[in-house]
Amino acid sequence: MSAASVPAQSPAESSPHSSPLRPWEGTGLLVLRNYVTYRRQWKLFVTGFLEPVFYLFSIGIGVGKLIHSFEVGGHTIPYAEFVAPGMLAASAFNGALMDSTFNVFFKLKYEKLYDQMLATPLTTSDIARGEIIWGQLRGASYSVAFLLVMWALGLVHSWWAVLAFPATLLIGFAFSAVCMGLTTYMTSWQDFDKVLLVQLPLFLFSGTFFPVTAFHGVLRWVVEATPLYRGVVLCRELTTGVITWESGVSVVYLVAMGLLGLLVVRRRLETLLLT
Amino acid sequence: MATTEIVRDDRRLSPWQGTARQFDYFWTVYRRTWKSSVISSFVAPLLYVLAMGVLLGTFVHVSPGRLEGATSYLAFIVPGLIAAQAMQTAVSETTYPVMAAIKWHKSFWAQMASPLEVRDLANAMLVFTLFRVGSTCGVYFLVMAPFGVFATWWGPVLAWLSTMLVGMAFGTWTFAFSAFIDGPDAFGLIYRLGLVPLFLFSGSFFPVSNLGTVLEGVAKVTPLWHGVNLTRMLCLDRVDGSTALVNVVVLVVVLVSGWWLAIRMLERRMAT
Repeated sequence: MSAASVPAQSPAESSPHSSPLRPWEGTGLLVLRNYVTYRRQWKLFVTGFLEPVFYLFSIGIGVGKLIHSFEVGGHTIPYAEFVAPGMLAASAFNGALMDSTFNVFFKLKYEKLYDQMLATPLTTSDIARGEIIWGQLRGASYSVAFLLVMWALGLVHSWWAVLAFPATLLIGFAFSAVCMGLTTYMTSWQDFDKVLLVQLPLFLFSGTFFPVTAFHGVLRWVVEATPLYRGVVLCRELTTGVITWESGVSVVYLVAMGLLGLLVVRRRLETLLLT
Repeated sequence: MATTEIVRDDRRLSPWQGTARQFDYFWTVYRRTWKSSVISSFVAPLLYVLAMGVLLGTFVHVSPGRLEGATSYLAFIVPGLIAAQAMQTAVSETTYPVMAAIKWHKSFWAQMASPLEVRDLANAMLVFTLFRVGSTCGVYFLVMAPFGVFATWWGPVLAWLSTMLVGMAFGTWTFAFSAFIDGPDAFGLIYRLGLVPLFLFSGSFFPVSNLGTVLEGVAKVTPLWHGVNLTRMLCLDRVDGSTALVNVVVLVVVLVSGWWLAIRMLERRMAT
């Protein structure tokens, strides 16, 4: 029904009823909903921040006493300074992965939350964007806190480190989008074993605990092509202040990955929930 | 048959009979679901060995004195990682599964309608946990043997027993806790404030002397440190008699008190 064929309507009535919410309004509603439900679990929220800090103290400082130093971009840095940005990136990755797999799967399959939401004026795009932005808000607060811990421990020596914060957002965005897309293909909790099978190798072998020089030949090429490795080196380049053209490659890689994921999520939610 | 009589068998089962009957249940369930435990029990720990022991280890160049007598970082880290795996396996078998049997699928309540007693339910589940810890750690030891990280052949055998002690020290107390609480919300906190710090600071990854005097003292109070230390001494053939005795006594006391408490707590829970 075009506006021209039905003249003399009031402005409120002439607005299309199929989508009375603007994208940012729909997204905002979902974020608010998550905030309200998550408020009760503030202890889990607070302790979520502690995990990477524990790893930093244990591996960075405890194991660091057994390892002298590593070279990053021509500079020799102590082990703790090497591990810290790796933990920063890995924490953004782990948070995004957990939020966009376990939580989304539970809402999709068990709570049937998205079915309910789609009975309201919310669209699948609103849900995809809202969930990802919510995960980002949560991850962002962890990243800021962790960067402050790094700074307090004297592990940051460059102003570029400020940009490590948006870098963690980028890591979170890329993984949230892709993992949420993959979650829509899961059928049972058993599939989460496969999540662990991807999560753990990425966490352990992405240059988080030791440099990529530990790998040789094709293996090294594979590691360098994985998304978390790009995120880890990006964060490390920023906190140590050694920016190269490779940093740009990492940024483009993660942005592309996130956008691709977002596209898949929207289409999959439409297939799953609107047919 | 002229009359149908409901025969109530009043002969009480002995604890052994009760445990054996109930263990059968866990065994049947496990035979059908063991595949889902392969990745978390076997693949994940080996990835840690590969990443931290083998790859990170190539960057560790220190004298054996700095590594409690281990000639390589891999030899140092493997016993610690197996002891920590024993803890994790036992805790994961005694958190959500206990809550599920009490609260979600309520199998404990159904089983109480049989001649079994609460004591048998707890015992069988803890024996099953022992089986899970023993098999997981046993495979771990076997897989690590060809890497040349063990000093003797009998050391790892005794160390295997010590990891079972570690697992059950944690498993029994976690069982008691799971039977005590109303809902699963505390489990997330247990993992993040209990398991993760213990895993990271109990001497699995580095000697606790690296922590400084105060924190070293704290670490040495935790049951996991006693387990890691005992396991490592046995694997490296560097057993110090008096320390080993302290380690064993601590773990046995924790285990026995935990087992007693586990039965108590389940009885209390099932009585309401």
